[in-house]
Amino acid sequence: MAKADIHDWAISKVLFLFALSAISGLALIAIFIVHEGLAVIVSEGAKGFVFSTRWQPLEKHFGILAMIVGSVVVTLGALAIALPLGLGSAIALAEFCPKGPAMALKATIELLAGIPSVVYGGIGFVVLVPLIRVYIGGPGLSVLAASVVLGVMILPNIVSISIDAILAVPQTYREGSIALGATRWQTTYRVVLRAARSGIVAAVILGMGRAVGETMAVLMVAGNSVQVPTSVTSSVRTLTSNIALEMGYAAGQHRQALFATGIVLFIMIMVLNIIATTAARRRA
Amino acid sequence: MKRLWIFPLVLAAACASCGDSPQDQITIAGSTSFQPFVEMVAEAYEQGHPDVRILVQGGGSTAGVLAVRAGAATVGMVSRGLQPDEKDLSAMVAARDGIAVIVHPSSPLSNLTTDQIRGIFSGTVTDFGELGGPKGPVRPVTREEGSGTRGAFVDLLMGGRAITPAALVQDSNGSMRELIAHDPEAIGYISLGLVDGSVKALNIDGIRPARENVENGSYRLVRPFMFIFNGQLEGTARLFVDFVLSPQGQRMLEQEGLIAAK
Repeated sequence: MAKADIHDWAISKVLFLFALSAISGLALIAIFIVHEGLAVIVSEGAKGFVFSTRWQPLEKHFGILAMIVGSVVVTLGALAIALPLGLGSAIALAEFCPKGPAMALKATIELLAGIPSVVYGGIGFVVLVPLIRVYIGGPGLSVLAASVVLGVMILPNIVSISIDAILAVPQTYREGSIALGATRWQTTYRVVLRAARSGIVAAVILGMGRAVGETMAVLMVAGNSVQVPTSVTSSVRTLTSNIALEMGYAAGQHRQALFATGIVLFIMIMVLNIIATTAARRRA
Repeated sequence: MKRLWIFPLVLAAACASCGDSPQDQITIAGSTSFQPFVEMVAEAYEQGHPDVRILVQGGGSTAGVLAVRAGAATVGMVSRGLQPDEKDLSAMVAARDGIAVIVHPSSPLSNLTTDQIRGIFSGTVTDFGELGGPKGPVRPVTREEGSGTRGAFVDLLMGGRAITPAALVQDSNGSMRELIAHDPEAIGYISLGLVDGSVKALNIDGIRPARENVENGSYRLVRPFMFIFNGQLEGTARLFVDFVLSPQGQRMLEQEGLIAAK
């Protein structure tokens, strides 16, 4: 009996150690980027760093506002595409599609999540960008191109988690609603979606988090000009693309500025994830 | 489950046997303009010397400088002149290359003056009408700031003016050429040795961007392709650089579109 107890204790400690190593990995990364990037935020002033649009690292100007706006605009654009399509697909698959085809379609949509981002970028560059340039205007490398590519990339995330949220609504809710005389759509719209709301909000916010962090695909189709975008056909640079473009040759304060950009990204994504998890925990 | 400890043991043993084979290996990193040419010569060199392995990486001229300083690369490739704070490194010119200003093959442009090019890339000239063509937007495309090609372009042509932040940014000669080849309103610059049928190289102040004009000095947009290293080169690295500078190596580079170091 005693040997089994020690066995259990040892295994639980080992598993706890694994969990600790995962958390400590995250903590080490956070400590590293803060250590590398804090100096430039202190010397430029947090206000000067975050609210200036002047990014000229070779002349010691480190303002990332243009890139912050770029990231936000491209993410919102991606949501504008992924939200209606994603939510609509989730509702159709979870509520109205017969079980067999629904599960097959869900699996197919989840395959989209496995396509590497550089492939999305390549297709965007070769197919989407010329279409935008010819039929809509501007250089083609634009907010619109980045939003469309990102929207398709976060679609499987939103669909998958929303379907799970909708399926988690107890069947008794639906039966009660129908028993009271509501139609199927009324049931879906007024009862099921409302009950699944927190899960769907979590899905959307996790999709936003993925869009904010995406680098390669956006780098290939957004144009990378350092300017605040003025229309959907403007070229734009995101925080992540900025780091990817310049990290290879940045030195000294320039490198610190890129890590400070990493700090800003880290904070943005942490905030989004916290909102997502608290939203998911709250009952509708 | 009882024999679980065997698996990590096997894994460790497998990893231990995956060490470097007893080969001479050197790493060369830096300019993406120079990279394809060095790769080509390195391949030929490796065929003649089967126990030598030459790894050629890109990253850009400035990244090459950093790699040599950090010891990550034995030799760096640079496609511009060295900055004052880089002069502590040794440099050897291996070839010369022109920079061509390129547009889409269908563009009505064939010649631009230095002033016009400055205007386009600094953002003051934004319409083809100002250049004598039909009205329409002009889109300057540039390389990222650490690029040797960009550095040379700015030093040799921009006359102290900065490239506009509204310019599109691409991160290699290849992606720049790809972009220009598909956008009739874009204008950019690439290594002269990489100009092919997919883009049109413009005359600058009436001078054609051709090998003979670079050699006789009339086409002035020319930059050196240099190898950089710490102190003295030894061993395999020295032998390879000597090969690139030998008549055979120089002939290989010229066949691919570069101009001999002189």
